[in-house]
Amino acid sequence: MAARRRAAADPAPAASLASLLAAKEIVICCGSGGVGKTTTAAAAAAMAAAHLGGKVLVITVDPARRLANALGLERFGNVETQVPTKLFADAGVEPRGELWAAMLDTKQSWDELVRSHAPDAATRDAILANPLYHNITGRFVQSHDYIAMERLYEIHASGRYDLIVVDTPPTRNAIDFLEAPDRMADFFSSRLLRWLTVPARSRVFTMASKPFYTAADRILGSQFLQDIAEFFLLFQTMYDGFVERARAVTRTLSDKRTTFVVVSTLEAAPVREAEFFIDALQERKFPLGAVVLNKVLPSWFGDRAATGVAQRLCAEAGPLAEAVAGSDLDTAAVTRVLGEVGESFLNFQVVATREAEQRAELATGTEVVATVPYADHDITDVAGLLELGESLWR
Amino acid sequence: MPSRLLDRRLLFVTGKGGVGKTTIAAALGHLAASHGQRTLLCEVDAKGNLAGAFETGPTEFKQREIAPDLWAMSMDTEASLKEYLGLQLKLPLLARLGPLARTFDFVANAAPGVREILVVGKLCYEVREANYDLVVVDAPASGHIVGQLAAPAAIGDLVQVGRVRDQTSWMLDILGDPSQTGVVIVSTPEEMPVAETLELTERLRTETVVDVASVVVNRVLPELFTRSDEEVFRSLREPARAAALAEAVGGPTQPVLDGAELAVRLRRTRAEHLGHLRAGLPAGVEMLYVPELFQRTHGVRATRQIADSLGAELGF
Repeated sequence: MAARRRAAADPAPAASLASLLAAKEIVICCGSGGVGKTTTAAAAAAMAAAHLGGKVLVITVDPARRLANALGLERFGNVETQVPTKLFADAGVEPRGELWAAMLDTKQSWDELVRSHAPDAATRDAILANPLYHNITGRFVQSHDYIAMERLYEIHASGRYDLIVVDTPPTRNAIDFLEAPDRMADFFSSRLLRWLTVPARSRVFTMASKPFYTAADRILGSQFLQDIAEFFLLFQTMYDGFVERARAVTRTLSDKRTTFVVVSTLEAAPVREAEFFIDALQERKFPLGAVVLNKVLPSWFGDRAATGVAQRLCAEAGPLAEAVAGSDLDTAAVTRVLGEVGESFLNFQVVATREAEQRAELATGTEVVATVPYADHDITDVAGLLELGESLWR
Repeated sequence: MPSRLLDRRLLFVTGKGGVGKTTIAAALGHLAASHGQRTLLCEVDAKGNLAGAFETGPTEFKQREIAPDLWAMSMDTEASLKEYLGLQLKLPLLARLGPLARTFDFVANAAPGVREILVVGKLCYEVREANYDLVVVDAPASGHIVGQLAAPAAIGDLVQVGRVRDQTSWMLDILGDPSQTGVVIVSTPEEMPVAETLELTERLRTETVVDVASVVVNRVLPELFTRSDEEVFRSLREPARAAALAEAVGGPTQPVLDGAELAVRLRRTRAEHLGHLRAGLPAGVEMLYVPELFQRTHGVRATRQIADSLGAELGF
């Protein structure tokens, strides 16, 4: 009873991913490449739509074709599409809510952003046609990170969804996208940019800045600097809108209604990155809601009695084969098979043991830690997503 | 026929995150060096994983010999800029470059390709000066490598005059020569890495001048049973036989048999992806296979083991 009284006075932290998703409006899944972030995001969203109800949107960045097919998504693009209820029915589930899915198209998102912020049609067209603009949106690494957060903000502000689950783009450093909105704002208010966008003859050189501009001129050529300047003159017309937007995006990230889910496997490098990311979230006071450990080998690989059995299969394959072969099986073949079975178990056990060590060392700093077992097949339908989701949910 | 992969001068090792890019780059470097090639290993995404592969201290921009004939460095665009300015422009007072580099950050962001060209330029420079027989680059993941390798050409298009433009032509000569430069894409036999490998191969061919030399398939699971042995395994799983085995061995056989079952199914799923990869790669791209090591740390021992299997694949 004491526990319940305390819970009433001070809401206890979410004890499972289910309660976390029930309480939040934005869930951001992050982690290093190859850990199954996209699938985790999709599975969490599918579970929320199936069991919590409401309108749930999952924004993925680059889903595997099979996963996209599993969600009934055929074309890539920014359009939010409802996952047909039939796909849930096929999985034997009657969802309480709706599941929607969208993919992030960086180029298209930038174009939309320009369209909504450009002061007039002429500026808009000039920007969209500018070669530097194409380069910036296509190659400027941070542009992916920024646009993902920007789109999240836009969709959330529209109020169309009860819950939005986001899969973050692969970044060089996991924290890049957290800083992207700030960096974008800094960038647009930088001194250099202002200098570049001032007509050349009225530029003022200080003692400190002169060597830089001389060098920049010699390295890049004045024509190129001019091109950059022209582009930013155009872009500056959208300056206020952009900076204000970037600040609003940052506020959304640290909002109480937002939570972060760090996804990792139990391999050494992803675990290191997950730890780094958990620290980065804490430092920035962004709320960490849960840690998902993905592709974890079954715990019975660590079973001591089973280990003894595997060792005996390797060492005494011959005599054991004689005992079980009977009259219908070839003893030599049974010997080979038993030896292989034992060795394979011991091989996987090495990996399982390392995983257990990594697990013990990982300081998650959250109560919600979900473990998802290693899947020996790809996810091809909603049933597969929900099956994976079940292990997340607990 | 033995592979000529290590006869090239500059290898960019890339691939989807999590496939073991750094380990393969480290193993290629180790392999070349152990055959007497003066080799430079360069980490571009300074995450410090390369140092882990050799259990050596952190790598820096300044190259350091970490094993006989093997040097290591990590890329640093600011240091590269300073070196470039010092070498090319004979700019005095390098000490003053501190604030310059900070401001430069803004230009690099504003003018895409500038940061990338400092990275590629430094690597090409080491090749041109013949400081090493082979430069192996632990390059950015698939998402970023195309932008990096396309930078010299992009800069050439965007910038009409200036030093940077002059620099791009000799870089393109090195990058575009398949006898000197190649990309090694690391993959695993899983759905996403295979899809990304095929997509990246296509993009590199259409958007850059650099040749795709090899695809290294990492973590290939061993075939557990032949077809007839698998039938034997099936009959061992029948209740009566499983019970007899449990009694003979005197312990729980269920997890051990389940483990083998998992291994068989995993191997089968992966074989499908492998087939898809093989069918999708253009002719002339060689495939090299590295077995699953059944260990998940990446110290010197793992690097050597992988170098050995790569060596066998390359015909050493």
